[in-house]
Amino acid sequence: MDAQIALLLAQDGIVNGAIYALLALSLVLVFSVTRVIFVPQGELVAFGALTLAALQLGKFPPTIWLALAMGVLAIGVDLRRALNGDQISWRNTLLWSTLLPISACAWATFARPTSLPAQVALTLLICTPLGPLLWRLAFRPIADASVLVLLIVSVALHGVLMGLGLWFFGAEGSRTPAFSDARFTFADLPFNGQSLVVVGVASVLMLLMFFFFGRTMLGKALRATAMNRTGARLMGIPTGLAGDLSFAMAALIGAVSGLLIAPLTTVYYDTGFLIGLKGFVAAILGALVSYPLAVAGALLVGLLEAYASFWASAFKEVIVFTLIIPVLWWRSVRTHHVEEDE
Amino acid sequence: MKWSKTLIATALAMACVSVYADITVGVTVSATGPAASLGIPEKNTIELMPKLIGGQKVNYIVLDDASDTTTAVTNTRKLITEHKVDVILGSTITPNSLAMIDLAAESQTPMISMAASARIVEPVDAKKRWVFKTPQNDIMMALAIAQHMSAVGVKSVAFIGFADAYGEGWLQEFQKAAGLKGIQVVGVERYNRTDTSVTGQVLKLVSARPDAILVAGSGTPAALPQKALKERGYTGKVYQTHGVANNDFLRVGGKDVEDTVLPAGPMLVAAQLPANHPVRKSALDYVNAYETKFGKGSVSTFGGHAWDAGVLMQRAVSEALKKAQPGTPAFRGALRDALEGVKNAPGAHGIFNMTAGDHNGLDQRGRVMVTISNGTWKYIGD
Repeated sequence: MDAQIALLLAQDGIVNGAIYALLALSLVLVFSVTRVIFVPQGELVAFGALTLAALQLGKFPPTIWLALAMGVLAIGVDLRRALNGDQISWRNTLLWSTLLPISACAWATFARPTSLPAQVALTLLICTPLGPLLWRLAFRPIADASVLVLLIVSVALHGVLMGLGLWFFGAEGSRTPAFSDARFTFADLPFNGQSLVVVGVASVLMLLMFFFFGRTMLGKALRATAMNRTGARLMGIPTGLAGDLSFAMAALIGAVSGLLIAPLTTVYYDTGFLIGLKGFVAAILGALVSYPLAVAGALLVGLLEAYASFWASAFKEVIVFTLIIPVLWWRSVRTHHVEEDE
Repeated sequence: MKWSKTLIATALAMACVSVYADITVGVTVSATGPAASLGIPEKNTIELMPKLIGGQKVNYIVLDDASDTTTAVTNTRKLITEHKVDVILGSTITPNSLAMIDLAAESQTPMISMAASARIVEPVDAKKRWVFKTPQNDIMMALAIAQHMSAVGVKSVAFIGFADAYGEGWLQEFQKAAGLKGIQVVGVERYNRTDTSVTGQVLKLVSARPDAILVAGSGTPAALPQKALKERGYTGKVYQTHGVANNDFLRVGGKDVEDTVLPAGPMLVAAQLPANHPVRKSALDYVNAYETKFGKGSVSTFGGHAWDAGVLMQRAVSEALKKAQPGTPAFRGALRDALEGVKNAPGAHGIFNMTAGDHNGLDQRGRVMVTISNGTWKYIGD
């Protein structure tokens, strides 16, 4: 291995690491706010990529039907709750279950966007409401259950969404054209535009997230909910809103990751799971609470993967996933275990 | 009163006979899961199979094993015990088919697999007596690649394959074939179907400076190493295996897979075959039948393996009907013997000639060399 190969591998590792970092961040976000380990995150990556691919082929993306169907169900659920005398925030319900899916449907049917930026925007518009709708249908009714129950539901949801993915998009994968075809050489090292786009978009998204959580009222409300749900509720922060918001962000980040990765590799209906799993390994490195540690973990996973694929390609996945064992061991030794009172 | 009772009894007896006289074909394919792109066209092909053979009605019971070995075994057990099938077609992939052999042999039911590995039918022993398969053996395809390589002057070759049974099997067979032709294998790397990057492997292969690179993957994931090679400026020849021979590979690979050379079943380029090619007619028959029902350009070579299983079954059933009644062990035994005796059966992928020692029955007429030119498959010779 010479220096150039080492640098190329590092470049590859960082590009993949950036995607894992995005997913790790959204896993940490969802877990800390709602205590859900969001296994279907990976499916949202695949949905994002395949929705864009369908739009580019001039097809009507079936994910719109999914959003519409889930929207109808979500309204039904809220009507029932209203009959039971619960307070419903109809503004939020209508936003996620009607306004966004229907406007996406109308845009796809009547305008049929052909330019790449418009298609990307439409894809995000289709995929983002899926997050809050999943939250409303699957998790909100059992929001106070134990982490284990939430995890089991999450795994089931992963199975359902993967099955829907196969039904919607078929068994074969798709690639989308690169956002940038630029190629240049800097200090003897070839760069391609797409990998810069990936790293750039990921960095911008992360900066936005840090800004959102550090500076805005909504972000602070989410952080408060993550730290202490009961306390946050006493301060007048609606925890339902926190669920909607964190799942919407998770879906958005998932779809963006899908859009970023689709020009680099072929995305299949089941590709997302493994990418999500690697994001999960990274999130574990950050103990599922720390954003900066999760990002560092994601870069570590990406780099480890790149070098492992050079040295021992047959054992690459084994090496990456083995990483989790020493980390868990170290954490279990270092941290004093407290039985959570939930 | 007495008379009417007799009538009812006779009617019942006749009804029973007609039920038992139907031929029952059990099918298990991987229509979902990782092998779905192979299993779906196979499942579709079952719909094209004859509903009547030798004047007897044929019932097809089609189950999906989700590319999962345990499910394939469960399906097989169900087909044998509940549906009392006369013959089993399936499964799509090698691990499933291997696991089904025991059940087929135990219940003495002939089985025709649509999976590739030679291990399914070789060596023919007390159990594998009951097992047949339609796809070409890997060694035949590997030899075809090695032959083409030596003909164009390739001296050294690097290999990148799936880190699973498919890649492993190909590596073994290709090393044998390359050895025969005096071609040196200078690098071996693995990757996974779900990988998003193969930069590491590709850099290592390219640094070994091979004359050619063989990618052993199936379906669209096999396009990934080739795209990475292009990106790293590799200009040598790239070979693929017949596992990529479907139109989705062309769609995903785009212009990066131009000029790839691969061996494939003749039906992939059926319309381009010379008029005197022995497989042209039978291959076109399948392509036309499939595309009439499922739309133009929808056909894939994997469905062809199911079609060939149907061809073998049809031949053997008409033979076996002369000897025994469907639904009986005697019929299944006769069916097995008839399958072993199939001679000159033209299928979509070649001409089948079974013997007691060869339960695949394809010869070199079962493959052609193909290249990719302007985004379509192009026939370049046998």
